[in-house]
Amino acid sequence: MSKRILKFSLATALAFGAAGAQAAEYVVGQKDKTFVDEAGNKVEHMTLKVGDSIRFLNEDPFFHNIFSLSDVKTFDLGSFPQGDSRTVTFDKAGKLDIECAIHPQMHMVVEVQ
Amino acid sequence: MARVNGRKNAWMPRLGAGLLAGALFGAAALAQESPWLRPAAIPAPPDNQLTATRVELGKKLFFDPRLSGSNWISCATCHNPALGWSDGLPTAIGHGMRKLGRNTPTILNTAYNRFQFWDGRARTLEEQALGPIVAEEEMDQDLDELVEELKAIPGYVTLFEEAYPGEGITKETIAKALASFQRSIVSTESPFDRWQKGEENAVSDAVKRGFELFQGKARCVVCHQGFNFTDDGFHNVGLKGAKDLGRYKLVKVKVLKHAFKTPTLRDVELTWPYMHDGRYRTLEEVIEHYNRGGDTKVVDPNIQPLGLSKQEVADLVAFLKSLTGDPRPIEVPQLP
Repeated sequence: MSKRILKFSLATALAFGAAGAQAAEYVVGQKDKTFVDEAGNKVEHMTLKVGDSIRFLNEDPFFHNIFSLSDVKTFDLGSFPQGDSRTVTFDKAGKLDIECAIHPQMHMVVEVQ
Repeated sequence: MARVNGRKNAWMPRLGAGLLAGALFGAAALAQESPWLRPAAIPAPPDNQLTATRVELGKKLFFDPRLSGSNWISCATCHNPALGWSDGLPTAIGHGMRKLGRNTPTILNTAYNRFQFWDGRARTLEEQALGPIVAEEEMDQDLDELVEELKAIPGYVTLFEEAYPGEGITKETIAKALASFQRSIVSTESPFDRWQKGEENAVSDAVKRGFELFQGKARCVVCHQGFNFTDDGFHNVGLKGAKDLGRYKLVKVKVLKHAFKTPTLRDVELTWPYMHDGRYRTLEEVIEHYNRGGDTKVVDPNIQPLGLSKQEVADLVAFLKSLTGDPRPIEVPQLP
């Protein structure tokens, strides 16, 4: 298991161990046209629970976008500049592809359980 | 991953929205390992590593008009090395002299592209290579027929066996060979590169001023990043009257309406005319377009009026022309 995935697993476990069924909000940065965690590691996959949310924070000096056209949930959070963020809540189980429309190399998979 | 439960996250600093791109990119440009210099290595997938025989085969195929239904149009008809691997036309002319909708993109440095075509509909050159061949309006060639045609040419049978031993002449090996040749077309050293390597007199003061503007006031670097001067992104640059929906046809997200891939700026002096519909003949026209902040109400949010003076426009043009690489003549191959 990679360091990054371990970090997510632990974070998820801690979140739910401590707070029971309470929904959690995670923050994913958009930096150098990459989804990153707090340590700057690339985020390609996350496992969440129904009700959890992700706040996407743009750290690049240009606009980013966030969208998903997945069957589980379709959304377009629009485009936003450096320092701004957009939040999406996952209310249904399933797997989603999330991208920045402007820079589609920014792609991650969210698995909602 | 930090959990914040509705409050502001403590670990991730909020950055000042007014920070200019130049502040981030400018310092890096002068670092010893300049991010503006093309890496020596050319990326290629594990099952199609670059070899001399593959490039040579791909080159013959690239220049061979028998790859079209009419046996009259080759890849090089539109991607002409004498014209910056483009065709000098606003939009391409395809099968039956039909005028097509988009400008022919250069194949220079396409090995480094994350997405191929103006709308990014192919991710790899292997995916891309057969697209124009089969497109009715472009080369109009049935692939099964093409495979049989090539199998009947003894020279090609030998060349394919040398390049892809045991794989035969198939759609896949045709695509792989064409991809290999395209990968081999990379930018050569330019005056800008020599300057980046420390040769102070390699470029004029106008070029140096232009590069500063490029990274700062002119905001070009917001999209034209790195040694290949592209963010591999898709932007609606505000071309008045443009009907083509671009990337939106593939991905139905609002910001992608009329959005096209950011092209490389390497050899940009040679790849006129400009924009996806070839509406601008000169680099001055292109820069004036961005100076106006585009010409439509809806435009990529990264684009805004710039307030550049005539001198600044001239400096930017000087900089762009400093990206023209040293000439590398291409020998047109003898076909089997």
